[in-house]
Amino acid sequence: MNVLLDNIDLYARGFLGTIELFVVSAIGSLILGALLAAMRVSPVPILRAFGTVYVNILRNTPLTLVIFFFAFAYPRLEIADLSYFTRACIGLILYTAAFVCEVIRSGVNTVPVGQAEASRALGFTFTQTLSQVVLPQAVRNVVPPLANIQIALLKNTTIAAGFSVTEAGGIYQALSERGANVFVGLLWVAVGFLILVVPLTLLQRNLDRRWSTAR
Amino acid sequence: MTAVLYDIPGPRARVRNTLFGVVGTLVVLGILAFVIYRFAVTGQFDPRLWSWITYVNIQYLLLGALGNTLKAFAAAAVLSLLFGAVFAAGRMSDHRWVSRVSATIVEFFRAVPLLVLIFILFFGVSRGLGVNISAYWAVVLGLMLYNGSVLAEVFRAGVRALPRGQSEAAYALGMRKTQVMTNVLLPQALRAMLPTILSQLVVVLKDTALGFIILYQELLYQARFLGSQGQLGAPILQVAMVVAVIYIAMCLILSGLSKLLEKRLRKSPRGGAAAADEAEREEEYAATL
Repeated sequence: MNVLLDNIDLYARGFLGTIELFVVSAIGSLILGALLAAMRVSPVPILRAFGTVYVNILRNTPLTLVIFFFAFAYPRLEIADLSYFTRACIGLILYTAAFVCEVIRSGVNTVPVGQAEASRALGFTFTQTLSQVVLPQAVRNVVPPLANIQIALLKNTTIAAGFSVTEAGGIYQALSERGANVFVGLLWVAVGFLILVVPLTLLQRNLDRRWSTAR
Repeated sequence: MTAVLYDIPGPRARVRNTLFGVVGTLVVLGILAFVIYRFAVTGQFDPRLWSWITYVNIQYLLLGALGNTLKAFAAAAVLSLLFGAVFAAGRMSDHRWVSRVSATIVEFFRAVPLLVLIFILFFGVSRGLGVNISAYWAVVLGLMLYNGSVLAEVFRAGVRALPRGQSEAAYALGMRKTQVMTNVLLPQALRAMLPTILSQLVVVLKDTALGFIILYQELLYQARFLGSQGQLGAPILQVAMVVAVIYIAMCLILSGLSKLLEKRLRKSPRGGAAAADEAEREEEYAATL
């Protein structure tokens, strides 16, 4: 307990950094992921191909490598001088967007074909079909796994700590500099993540259970 | 599905689609061209920066690093399958205390970030308990605890998704609890779960890269090392690209295998559609990190 109370400033700063990183990356990945999903279901073959290539490459690259690239290799291109925080956000967004895209796409695909066919037969236009028939049903299939991906993102933010971003995963370094007990200190970091992750997981499961029966 | 969202395009729609296609292609090509332009401007195509590839010693260094990555992957994969099997069995146990304890352990390790687990093993345990764990074992054990917990959930979901008639029939034939599990439920569940298990192994392979942060000498570590060598011109960008290609190739092979398996399982009538569906849903849980 002493380790936590003596270094409460460190923990506060660390977890604030985690939450900041998470919120920015979550919003960014949702936007980019939705855009990619739109590309992957669009009637334009070349856009579909771009989407597929992007998703396949990013899903098969370790996140550590993506952030490694932005931390060490990106400055060599001398495009714009960005802070470590911004670069970590870009890495997390690019990586997570690939997963978001897949979830949205497979969610749209799980709505039975008959639903769209019936609404088309009733004379609904494309926009009406999508907004009034397909998407409301797809949401049920999309939101629970999407919540899962965002939980994973929250845990993934710790990787940014390995690349000198102020973040909960980096607390141990400051602790060992201060000579505190690193083992206990790290256990408190784990507890902090439990406090963040467990309520989200419970919410996600609740949504999943309620909506899976109505499917 | 996607084909039902829109009609077969008529002449006007075709023109519009082509327009979108052209604009989209231009945007993507523009981004690529900009990156390549920056490469050229900052001299990243300079032959000196790529010459390291031709040095035999460096090739051996990278090969050794690849070996270390694969070594950690193999050990972590086997151990997490074992861990998953044990704790899945534990969670499905009829004894309250066994299932409660297993459930708590599985939930705990799923909720804590993998990197924090690895830090606890590497920095914490040695200083707090006096037991020294090498970087290799910290990576392997961390991967085992995290991915094993995910796999435990996968196994459990696979067994639960089987029709109840299976176990009821087995009990009616006079089988014991263990017999029902090992002879009837597990063979069917594993079949349905195989693609999910494989894609979780892709996650294991990707996460071995975390070893870099605690200085385990795997691919990324050597990439950083080579990238900081002044006499090679500090070619970190080039090394990172080569390492990325290696990682992507390895992961694509593994995920290709899992897709192939999935396709074959879909075709065979015995696959159990319900179990496969459940497997797919569980995959969305599991295969994120």
